[in-house]
Amino acid sequence: MSDEAVKIPKALDGVGGWLDDRFHGARGVRVLMRKVFPDHWTFMLGEIALWSFVILLLTGTFLALFFVPSTQPVVYHGSYAKLNGITMSQAYASTLNISFDVRGGLLIRQIHHWAADMFMVAIMAHMLRVFFTGAYRKPREVNWLIGIVLFTLGMLEGLFGYSLPDDQLSGAGLRIFEGVLQGIPIVGTYLAFFLFGGEFPGSAIVPRMYIIHVFLIPGLILALITAHLFIMFWQKHTQMPGLGNTEKNVTGQPFWPYFLLKGQAWFFFIFGLLAVLSTFAQINPVWLYGPYTPLAISSASQPDWYMGILEGALRIMPSWEINFLGHTLTLSVLIPFAVPLGIIFTGAALWPFFEQWATGDRSEHHINDRPRNAPARTGTGVAAICFYGILWAEGANDVLADRFDVPLYTITWIARIAVFVVPIGAYFVTKRICLGLQRHDESLLTHGVEIGIIKQLPDGGFVEEERPLTPAERAVVAAKKVPAALPAPGEPDANGVPAPASRGVMGWARGVANRAFTETVLPPDGHGNGHGDGHEALGQPEHAAVGAGEPAESGEHDGEEH
Amino acid sequence: MSEIEEPAGTAPRRVIGTPSPAPVAVDTQEKPAEPPLITDPTDKAHASRAERLVAALFVLAFLAGCGFIAAYVALEVGQSNIPAGANAVDAVFRSNLALGLALSVVLLALGTGSIIWVRHLTPNIEIAEARHELKSAAKDRAAFKSEFADGAAVSQVTKRPLLRRTLLLATAPLALAPLVLLRDLGPLPGTALRYTVWRKGLRAVTLGALNPLRPGDFQPGSMITVIPEGYQDDDNALAKAGVILIKLEPGQLNFPNRYNGSTLIASMNWTIDNSLVAYSKICTHVGCPVALYEQTTHHILCPCHQSTFDATNGAWVIFGPAARPLPQLPLMVDSDGYLAAASDFPQPVGPSFWERG
Amino acid sequence: MSSIIARRRHPAAGYAAVAGGLVVAGVLYSTLSGGGASASAPAQATTQIGQGKSLFVQSCASCHGLDAQGTTQAPSLIGAGAAAVYFQMSTGRMPAKELGAENERKPTDFTDQQIYAIAAYIASLGGGPAIPGPADVSTAGANTALGEELFSTNCAQCHGFAGAGGALTYGKNAPSLNASTPTQIYTAMLTGPEAMPVFGDGTITPQEKRDIIAFITDTRNEPNPGGFSLARTGTVTEGLLAWLGGLGFLVLIAMWLTARRRDRAVDEHGVEHVTPELAETADEAESEHSS
Repeated sequence: MSDEAVKIPKALDGVGGWLDDRFHGARGVRVLMRKVFPDHWTFMLGEIALWSFVILLLTGTFLALFFVPSTQPVVYHGSYAKLNGITMSQAYASTLNISFDVRGGLLIRQIHHWAADMFMVAIMAHMLRVFFTGAYRKPREVNWLIGIVLFTLGMLEGLFGYSLPDDQLSGAGLRIFEGVLQGIPIVGTYLAFFLFGGEFPGSAIVPRMYIIHVFLIPGLILALITAHLFIMFWQKHTQMPGLGNTEKNVTGQPFWPYFLLKGQAWFFFIFGLLAVLSTFAQINPVWLYGPYTPLAISSASQPDWYMGILEGALRIMPSWEINFLGHTLTLSVLIPFAVPLGIIFTGAALWPFFEQWATGDRSEHHINDRPRNAPARTGTGVAAICFYGILWAEGANDVLADRFDVPLYTITWIARIAVFVVPIGAYFVTKRICLGLQRHDESLLTHGVEIGIIKQLPDGGFVEEERPLTPAERAVVAAKKVPAALPAPGEPDANGVPAPASRGVMGWARGVANRAFTETVLPPDGHGNGHGDGHEALGQPEHAAVGAGEPAESGEHDGEEH
Repeated sequence: MSEIEEPAGTAPRRVIGTPSPAPVAVDTQEKPAEPPLITDPTDKAHASRAERLVAALFVLAFLAGCGFIAAYVALEVGQSNIPAGANAVDAVFRSNLALGLALSVVLLALGTGSIIWVRHLTPNIEIAEARHELKSAAKDRAAFKSEFADGAAVSQVTKRPLLRRTLLLATAPLALAPLVLLRDLGPLPGTALRYTVWRKGLRAVTLGALNPLRPGDFQPGSMITVIPEGYQDDDNALAKAGVILIKLEPGQLNFPNRYNGSTLIASMNWTIDNSLVAYSKICTHVGCPVALYEQTTHHILCPCHQSTFDATNGAWVIFGPAARPLPQLPLMVDSDGYLAAASDFPQPVGPSFWERG
Repeated sequence: MSSIIARRRHPAAGYAAVAGGLVVAGVLYSTLSGGGASASAPAQATTQIGQGKSLFVQSCASCHGLDAQGTTQAPSLIGAGAAAVYFQMSTGRMPAKELGAENERKPTDFTDQQIYAIAAYIASLGGGPAIPGPADVSTAGANTALGEELFSTNCAQCHGFAGAGGALTYGKNAPSLNASTPTQIYTAMLTGPEAMPVFGDGTITPQEKRDIIAFITDTRNEPNPGGFSLARTGTVTEGLLAWLGGLGFLVLIAMWLTARRRDRAVDEHGVEHVTPELAETADEAESEHSS
């Protein structure tokens, strides 16, 4: 099946040579062209964020050509006649101008805002994928941390961005932001006065947010995205367990031209989705909210979705304030501000290291885990999702109360209890589900896949026929790599000395964590010949022989051929 | 520590899908002649059908792109650009719909075409690339360490602590300078948060309409937002001085004097006729306007985080995160019969802060 | 007929029989029931107040008392005024169908003339705010800018920035304003129905009320230039759409983009199995590693 080789056009050849003369690029660019990108739809989530960011930059530049970042009051006389005669800030008036007096202005504004929402959606979906497949493990811990920083920066960028038009809704959000800052002990009032240039609202906040939003944070995000992508290129992408996929290779299609074509298609679809949303779904209609005044507020005042967890935390909190020695510590505000996101971000940042400590597994991992094969991790992830989700839903409690006819306080009370109970329950339920799925996998390996043909046995019973797994299926199903259990805390080794790392409270804690991480479904003893005979046991994998203080070697399951 | 070590030297070739043979040492210097690279998909007829489909989609994208430009030129927005009497919002609706639809078609057609192109017009290649161990070879690490150590020694920084320490000393103020430069971002808070512009005799006027009010203007169940007269354009003042006036039935309003330390902060004497009361409109939680007054329950609900205050009981907190009642503004009737403040609020309004006391 | 009998074993025959029975029952009911609560008064009243009183006794007195003095179930209406009666009855809230957290708008069975009659009767008992006339609620020449300021500071916290409604405590909610007529809006402000505060003419003057009405009607009538309004509730529906619609769509596209192809996978040389492409020479290995 040989085909004619493509002749490079002379002009292109010339340019290529000119560049190579100066940059010694042939070998390096060739490596890039040959670079293999594994194919799985879950690997495309991060690119949604990437392309959304590019679209944000492009649309943001357009908006910046028309937006006036000033709180200078102006009496509006423009195309949106309902507000004629109202005194409003130039920021708000220029936003109305973009929406109603610039062709394509409303479309670009909406694309910008939808792209911001999708940017954050994509980051979170991507982060969850990376978490549930264990792709944050060595050597990718740094990239995981960069991702968390990107998430935080994205939240701030969005907060300042939607506050720029100085409308009623975002102004109320800024008021809350200032009130929270003000409540910080010792330095709170200073922080608030320095950021706002005095009392709220002042006239400094809009221009300051502007420079932070169009310059400082985008610069940081751009730098971090570059680092994030470079690290991913350098370390090569992880891949899903499958036939031919090992820890030592990457299978898939090369960058040139496949991944480039796919990347192009993906960009068009992301941009296309944003265009469809911006054509048919109105977002941030600031003309309906009205210009910001400090004494007006609407029902159903929520920030953009990614700030919802903070909003919900503020709503769920019962009143609590401590007054002492002429000072006020307003826990009603400080706890919601710091604790939920603190738990989630700190927990996420420490998780790769916590998992290394708990499992003793310090090997490189390039093959992703199936979530069911890491029950403790998956359970924790689901618990975190429940925690985040309950607070997020509580942030919309008045909308839920109105739409679903549930009393307002009832929703808050349900959330107050659920936020503690549900994550714990979710952990255990998820863990059990994972172990059940593992049991199913073991039965697939021993018995095969049911093929839908029912056979009657001579003694009258019915049984479903099965076929053995294909090599490709087996490679996926058998790809379970459970870290070996650490010795029990305080358990002495062959010389009668307990491992130093296993002593004391930390040793006990490590033992507890280790047992959680290594609880797995063991393959059945012997080879199950009949049906339902092989009881897959639940237990810990064998302790490998270890020296004092040494973590065990990790298991040797590769997704290789049977 | 526990990476899988490859046997040095040989690079076993493995063919997937068949049982692994005994490892064969392949001499990588000479390979058998390989069949030439394939560059076309296997099924030619299918590929040309796909090509026609992709071309059609790209033509559609082209037409939609032209449509985008045409819509931009043809559909004006802005009251001054559209025919007199036409609705400017309608014009924007039409323009947005046309431009957006055209743009969506361009992008989705390009995207669909691109996907079909890559899935049906390219050969279905799957290759593998080797990962190389990320950890550097021991000799490289050793070389790095020794060069680094050599360079550090050459720089003298390890051998001359005086140099090192004075360098750090010299750069410390420079590192602090950016923080110092930020001092003039804003004034010090001072006592600004403790006071509002209300003072004795300052009239309350309705927000927006700026009408002064008499007690007789209220019926039981009334509520209205008022601001200090003359401050309607001062957002900084309004952000603390906004007040809600609530008129209750006779006998409904009933609360004891309340104190913060020795300062009286709530009193029935500050109401008019024991039925008209003024509370700060700034929520004591994080500062949203507390505006939702329910006449039947006489609860004041803040829509932001659902802090709820009892209007009959000095705005006592009955639900939600706010930790303090809404401050009460002492009311009086001035010589012309209009409602006015009898003094400033007796305590700071708005969200709590460290120095509040 | 025989064609119906011939199809009696058709699979849809059962459903058709049930549907036919429902239609017959419905037609019979509506012809025989005479159209509901707009029953004629037992004795034709000669004055509006008289007619109002007999309507009142029929439809309202069971909860509000025979002389509108109130009972344990409903408050006294003496002094409530014609405007309050107009609001409650024209929006269908009264007669209340049950004693619950609040009464919601529902279709009314009373004609305007009947409502005016009852209102006149209640007004005759103790005065109270009168029903505004057409000139009182006309929005001609209204100042929607002032209307916006007043609405956003006194109304939006319950009814929403665009009048889409909002939650109150204990299961109540402030209704959407999309169906309210100008007179209903006016009388609601004037009389403060249920949990709504009273905005008497002393605090919001009649002209200011007209400005607010103009703002409300302009807002609800104006098109949404950005597309569907997503219920004009703000960011909650936007976020839902981004996750479910946006991410959902993109996930489906990603699945399409990365799905296994129907033709068989080969390596670049047409060999059907995947072979790891390892470095051909030691030089290449070194350069690949260092790049």
